[in-house]
Amino acid sequence: MREEVTSPKSPAERFNEETLIRRIREGEHELFYELIRPYERRVYSAALAILRNEPDAEDTAQEAMLKAFKHIRQFRAEARFSTWLIQITVNEARMRRRKEHAHLVDPIVDHQDEEGNYTPRDFADWREIPSEILERKEIRQELAEALEALEHIYREVFVLRDMQHLSIAETAKALGISTAAVKTRLLRARLMLRDLLAPGLGGTWSSRLHFAKGTKPW
Amino acid sequence: MVVSCEQVWREISNYLEEDMEPGLRTSMEEHIRRCKRCTAVLDGTRNVVQLYGDERMFEVPLGFSQRLQRRLEENMPRSRRSFLGWMVATAAAVLVAGSFELGRSSVFSHSELRSEHAQPGTGVPPDMMVVVATDGKTFHAAGCPFIHDKAHLRTIAAQEALRQGYAPCVRCMRKYLNAG
Repeated sequence: MREEVTSPKSPAERFNEETLIRRIREGEHELFYELIRPYERRVYSAALAILRNEPDAEDTAQEAMLKAFKHIRQFRAEARFSTWLIQITVNEARMRRRKEHAHLVDPIVDHQDEEGNYTPRDFADWREIPSEILERKEIRQELAEALEALEHIYREVFVLRDMQHLSIAETAKALGISTAAVKTRLLRARLMLRDLLAPGLGGTWSSRLHFAKGTKPW
Repeated sequence: MVVSCEQVWREISNYLEEDMEPGLRTSMEEHIRRCKRCTAVLDGTRNVVQLYGDERMFEVPLGFSQRLQRRLEENMPRSRRSFLGWMVATAAAVLVAGSFELGRSSVFSHSELRSEHAQPGTGVPPDMMVVVATDGKTFHAAGCPFIHDKAHLRTIAAQEALRQGYAPCVRCMRKYLNAG
């Protein structure tokens, strides 16, 4: 099985986290930053996946951490602190999105076309690639644009699972959906990204994506 | 069991997650070996997971940590500790956060990326037996679905793989790496 933990933690580190939470609850508030520091990236990334806007994502990440601090007494030790923190962030980000897009229907409920029956549209050969290509800014940009083109229900799952390496179960919990829905959305997200990127990246590295920004091929 | 291309595509994600019955896995592997289209889909999907999973794909805005700390400080009730203790703790945290941000900013401005690839092998037990492909760049735990060239594999000790310039797979070796 693939690694199913959020972040590799030694028992000592876990113990340290429990100790930190206890001490914060007892009044040593300044330790809170130490507690959340390992999850800063993950919290910001979850907010960004939902909001797609950096200043909003940063503000939401800050709000979520403050909320976690205020409600630290409600945190139950049997849960993972990081999952609890991401859950708060997802809720905050969704609330903000709802507020800002009140005129739009919020598609949080499962889509009816989520049977996973996605047919690849392109069979460009895309063999093993050196990860060093990520040092090229234009490649990172292309990948970021493809990710932005995904519908948010797919982007959220993909970001939490494949970019922030939460387990399937943690992703489901954080987003409030079933593990089956996580798996289906993940499959579609991965296949759609492959369709978007393979024609451009599978051949020559310098070629642009074969679609203009904003026009989705599906 | 014979599987169709459509079945392969439907299961490709579970295949990469290693979340399937061994029987189906074997059938899929047999199909993929003979099917050019499914090979392309598998390779591409694996590339997607690998590329986006790299920490270089995601940047936290510069100054994020400092702004977060400031916001927390402004909104938290003072602790019961002495004011001096508070100041010392804050200064230490700011220093740590500052050095983190500094690290990050230099990462993105000079391309000296502190990715998991840039510090290969940190924490991988040297005697652990790992798998490498002759033309590959990474070493894996046996059975990792991110091994590409399954036809030319060798099993060697992790320290030998490192000596030969292979970097640890960020997926199967993740628990040994220094990822944040």
